[in-house]
Amino acid sequence: MEAKRELLDLLLSDARQSTEDIARQLGVDAATVEELVDELEAEGAVRGYQAVVDWDSVDEGHVRAEVELNVELDRETGYEDIAQRIAKFSQVASLRLISGDYDFAVDVEGDSMHDVSNFVSEQIAPIPEVTQTVTHFVMRTYKERGVYFGDGDDDDRLAVSP
Amino acid sequence: MSEELTSPLSKRARQTPPSGIRRFFELAEEMDDLVSLGVGEPDFSAPWAARTAAIDSLEKGRTSYTANRGRRDLRERIAEHVSRYDLHYDPDEEVLVTTGASEGVDLAMRALVDPGDVVAVPEPSYISYGPTVTFAGGEPLSVRTRAETDFVLTYDDLERAGAAEASVLVLCYPNNPTGAVMSRDELAEVAEFAREHDIFVLSDEIYAALRYEDDHVSIATLPGMRERTVVFNGFSKAYAMTGLRLGYALGPPEVIDGMNRIHQYTMLSSPTTAQYAAIEALESCDDAVAEMRTEFDRRRQFVISRFNELGMDCFEAKGAFYVFPQCPPGWENDEEFAEALIREERVALVPGRVFGAGGEGHLRVSYASGMRDLRTALDRIESFVESR
Repeated sequence: MEAKRELLDLLLSDARQSTEDIARQLGVDAATVEELVDELEAEGAVRGYQAVVDWDSVDEGHVRAEVELNVELDRETGYEDIAQRIAKFSQVASLRLISGDYDFAVDVEGDSMHDVSNFVSEQIAPIPEVTQTVTHFVMRTYKERGVYFGDGDDDDRLAVSP
Repeated sequence: MSEELTSPLSKRARQTPPSGIRRFFELAEEMDDLVSLGVGEPDFSAPWAARTAAIDSLEKGRTSYTANRGRRDLRERIAEHVSRYDLHYDPDEEVLVTTGASEGVDLAMRALVDPGDVVAVPEPSYISYGPTVTFAGGEPLSVRTRAETDFVLTYDDLERAGAAEASVLVLCYPNNPTGAVMSRDELAEVAEFAREHDIFVLSDEIYAALRYEDDHVSIATLPGMRERTVVFNGFSKAYAMTGLRLGYALGPPEVIDGMNRIHQYTMLSSPTTAQYAAIEALESCDDAVAEMRTEFDRRRQFVISRFNELGMDCFEAKGAFYVFPQCPPGWENDEEFAEALIREERVALVPGRVFGAGGEGHLRVSYASGMRDLRTALDRIESFVESR
């Protein structure tokens, strides 16, 4: 595998490891890793580094909803224009144009259900091109970005074995 | 007047030494906050698809014996699977499903070795070969491989050890404990020696899927070797299924038949549930194996770099999930080093001498542990080495 692609995999599995440790795993020197990270960022391939948070374990209100959006396009307005308008709200955690029954899938986050539904009805629904919104509140998250929130497999191995 | 109770144990049982790993296991058991690099099995669990296949089979009540040689559909898939190594075997006559590759090795020894026969066992090596030779009534002959040649078995090593008189040779590459692998050219020397001296080869290839820089080569694919080789492989290491105890042996019909004659009386058939898991593993788990291998490869490079940075000379092991560094300068005795390390820094690894001749002064380090544990262990080893 190409070094840059391998680096991407390593960052995906743990972006917090030190440059030195990444370098050792790739069999290159630390300066090379720094260079590759700079390139990935400059190219826009890596857009950020974030923790995977299980909000059920954080002692504060946090609500997420998956919102389905249907829109109607006209000659002046395309998906890009609508997307731009929606994406810039800080409440919008993710926004995707998708295939199927509706057009956009929007993840909205807020401190309470009231916050989220207010945001959808006051900021998203009134956008002229938006014809329909369906809000699904997330009740429980089991897995997020490849990280399973339940108990992992037990490690029942003997401490020393042949 | 007292009647003396004589030991009920056979001479064989009494003369079987306890494994050298035992003591470290006991030391490790009493320790809190231990990080172990002494584990000879993957830290991953079996792929979920294989596990669900096992569960399904239990739900359907498939808890009976199978054919002695193992389920035919499993043998077919095994034959298809090993064709990736250019190994071609008839599922009806040349494949035997065993309870771990270990059972296969034991069966082969008993099927091929007569009392007094010499079996050449390259060392350092996995600890079971010598005892299985003894159980079969044979005489194990230690063939020492050397650090200078990165623990590859050479024609010279065989000649020097007097292996010409052996009737059977054990081969284990990728190797436990060194992580060494052998190329086609290197195997050709061994094959030449085997043909010249009419030696039958037992090739334990349980780590074949865990080879990092090139593709695995089986000695059975070399000219004139298929008819004098039994290949052992299994699901333990590649598919992280150690506890399911399932392996297989591939060889000429006469030898597989001889092994099966013993297997049918001693084992009857290998675990049925495991056979269902194995079928699924072969059908759908290539990606899971590839992911594990990628992860092992990263850890391998990490561990090798750290040891070399510490001044513990560590050759570039290219297979299995072990590296075999030397003790740091000032430490001659691997056993003393390992014992001091576990007592003072709570890091377990296995002294090289446990694996036989040529292991002295080395340490077997398993990287079948997550990066976090590897980091902690290497940090502790570093502080231990630097405090001296």
